[in-house]
Amino acid sequence: MSTFQTFETAWCPGCGNHSILECLKTALEQLDLDPHAVLMVAGIGQAAKTPQYISAHTFCGLHGRSLSPATAAKIANEKLTVIVETGDGDSYGEGGNHLIHSIRRNVNITHFVHDNQIYGLTKGQASPTTHEGQVTEVQATGSHNTAFNPVLMAIAAGAGFVARAFSGEKEHLIEVMKQAIQYDGYALVDILQPCVSFNKVNTFAYYKQRVYKLGKDYDRKDKLGAIQKALEPEETIPIGVIYEEKKLTFHQKNEVLAGGVPLAGRATDLKLIQKYMDALQ
Amino acid sequence: MYNLLIGGAAGQGVDTMTAIMERLLKRAGYCVFTIRDVMSRIRGGHNFSLIRFGVGKLPLASHSYLIDGLIALNEETIALHKSKIKSGGFILCDKALALATAQGAEVEGVQMIQIALAEMAKALGNSVVSGSIALGAALKIFGENLDHCGGVLQQSIKKEFVEVNLKAFSAGYDATEARYTHLKGSFANHLLLTGNNAIALGAMAAGLKFFSAYPMSPSTSIMEFLSSRMVESGIVVEQAEDEIAAINMAIGASYAGATAMTATSGGGFCLMVEALGLSGMAEIPLVIANIQRPGPTTGLPTRTEQSDLKFVISAAQGEFPRMVIAMKNQEDCFHQTVRAFQIAEKYQIPVILLSDQYIADSSATVPRIDIKTLPLAGTKLGAPAQHAQSRGGASLEGAKCDGTYLRYQYTENGISPRAFPGSTDCFVTSDSDEHDEHGMITESANVRTRMMDKRMKKLELLATELQEPEFFGVEDFDTLLVGWGSTYGAIVEAIAFLNSSQSTKGGRFGALVFGDVFPMPVEKIAACAKRAKRIINVEQNATGQLAGLIREYAGVEMTRSILKYDGRQITAEELMMRLSEEGKE
Repeated sequence: MSTFQTFETAWCPGCGNHSILECLKTALEQLDLDPHAVLMVAGIGQAAKTPQYISAHTFCGLHGRSLSPATAAKIANEKLTVIVETGDGDSYGEGGNHLIHSIRRNVNITHFVHDNQIYGLTKGQASPTTHEGQVTEVQATGSHNTAFNPVLMAIAAGAGFVARAFSGEKEHLIEVMKQAIQYDGYALVDILQPCVSFNKVNTFAYYKQRVYKLGKDYDRKDKLGAIQKALEPEETIPIGVIYEEKKLTFHQKNEVLAGGVPLAGRATDLKLIQKYMDALQ
Repeated sequence: MYNLLIGGAAGQGVDTMTAIMERLLKRAGYCVFTIRDVMSRIRGGHNFSLIRFGVGKLPLASHSYLIDGLIALNEETIALHKSKIKSGGFILCDKALALATAQGAEVEGVQMIQIALAEMAKALGNSVVSGSIALGAALKIFGENLDHCGGVLQQSIKKEFVEVNLKAFSAGYDATEARYTHLKGSFANHLLLTGNNAIALGAMAAGLKFFSAYPMSPSTSIMEFLSSRMVESGIVVEQAEDEIAAINMAIGASYAGATAMTATSGGGFCLMVEALGLSGMAEIPLVIANIQRPGPTTGLPTRTEQSDLKFVISAAQGEFPRMVIAMKNQEDCFHQTVRAFQIAEKYQIPVILLSDQYIADSSATVPRIDIKTLPLAGTKLGAPAQHAQSRGGASLEGAKCDGTYLRYQYTENGISPRAFPGSTDCFVTSDSDEHDEHGMITESANVRTRMMDKRMKKLELLATELQEPEFFGVEDFDTLLVGWGSTYGAIVEAIAFLNSSQSTKGGRFGALVFGDVFPMPVEKIAACAKRAKRIINVEQNATGQLAGLIREYAGVEMTRSILKYDGRQITAEELMMRLSEEGKE
């Protein structure tokens, strides 16, 4: 089995990120992945610090823009296991457009969203998943916007792998992470986690009381059933793989990449370019 | 030298006719320069192209509005352009055009050549071929033959339409008389390149593997050129959801070892600005082509301007090394694109290629390029040590991948050894936060200062390979024109005329045209300024942006400016007129 090192973090004690990092390490090791073949990509935020704390290649780019470089890095070198690890503000707010189009593009990358339903790095403003009515320093009279439902949106947009997990259910999270990494295509895992400093509504106890694991009888291939699951009111929160469908990936559909040769190592055919040029005589 | 205008409404086939005609003329031995004046609409409006062709010594690099002949696909074309036809010129149009309203026949000294284009096309069984009938007639008028029609048509149109179009050319050819004599030129084997095609070819030659962009006029044809060849040439071309994704993708691909590029126009560049800084901060090579059009905001989408210079040299927060290269003509587009990749790779910085609609959409005759002779063509990526060395960057040698590899190692010239994830046992880090040599986030004051110094130090080496502006004219000039990028053609032509015996100005003229604009090479301008009686900047913008940079970096003041910002490129004639007008002040 491979080993991944983790390093000291700058997160608050009790933050859900600690469990997520620990589960990520275990999932990568249980999948026996070579750390030198894993690329961790993040945007900006507390969750986006995750790549800094684990021994792998890292790309910590711009806020909201983690999916774009992750997509292209996978296109450049498909031998890399590319994992995007970033927060709800980064994924659903600043980077919302890229989420929609990453689903459509279906490049084989894994997207772990640390969803604490609040902005942590900027100290407590509403995120796209913050409950309507929740009061923050900025949303002083309560958030007036409808909370974003990432699971529902992802299924509706055509994602082939959509899951939800909870940082407090570690064994379960590890299993979901492994399945997401192994899924051939874009996989979204919305990981609920408490923010002990800034979210006094969605606490550890809040999630603990509400989450329930999808049983063996749940049919993850049933799209309408999955949409119904995604629409369940938040008194009960289903966790597990909510929807899965086999779909052709970007690499399988792209004529340049279909042969399976990494783009990055390919030589340039100068004779061909000379031919293109001479055709313009 | 001849000048032919083809005009009509959008959708009437002006562009197709132009593409065929310019290539026919070049194959016949002419040096050709074509501009396309297009309105931002799909149907209607007025579009025209000007095909200028001759056999002179200097390759043509600018257009002229003095016309020998007009192929008018509608009456409006005649009404709009008849006044620019030289005496002895002609108007070629369909017999059915109601000329009374256009009053074309009344233009003095201009021959009306009316052919039953539509009727003849109908007789050939395809109404669309009327354009080919007109071109066949035009070839006859200019004293050409039909020898090259088969080859050019086969390249330009669908196979099943080649035969009927060939018949159309013959029909048109037989329907009129020769009025000019063929000039014997030696340009048949030259290339006919638009600026954007030249950029795409340059990128391919430099080893491009990944191109991501969002469509925006006038940059889109770079993506189109690459897309139509991507499968055969093994380049991934991805249309991104927006320009932010486009540049972030290109950076991600470059990080992972695929030579990458993006292209846009000013509005798209605005969206790319934050990621431009990421390329600088994370030291990930990136080439960005900004094909300028008039701004601000949507501006004039299909027209030309040089107004993004000061924007792109300072775009993004903070300070980081970057290079900006303005391209002067179509041949320059190819070579500077190759060079942009070389510099981006070597210094691990963003390089911005500045072009504009004028160069992008116009086609020019360019000497055949032998790719084998290029400095770095086809360098194979993937093996980092070999890669870094072959591109002149820092070597990975000695960087043992036992955990001691430092992606952002402090080095003498500021360039750190660059590895790619997955290609060695090194962990490759990359961070938009300030970071230490390992690439880990830091807030250390000491590290911050050293890292800033390391990045900025790259400019010292870069300064040694900057290209000074090109000089032409007489050495004992009294007037010095200064330009950059696409005004090159008009300036070259104006200077040649002004210094010739034909000129009544009696002045002695020199010119400097900048290609490398940032960092700015200052030696030549400083030296020439000392000798000049007056210095005049010629720019396609309203504020004299180059003049401002020259003042800042070379300490040279312009005597006056010739500025144009109506979306249309200056011609040599207009430049000379503006020169004499301003002289009277």
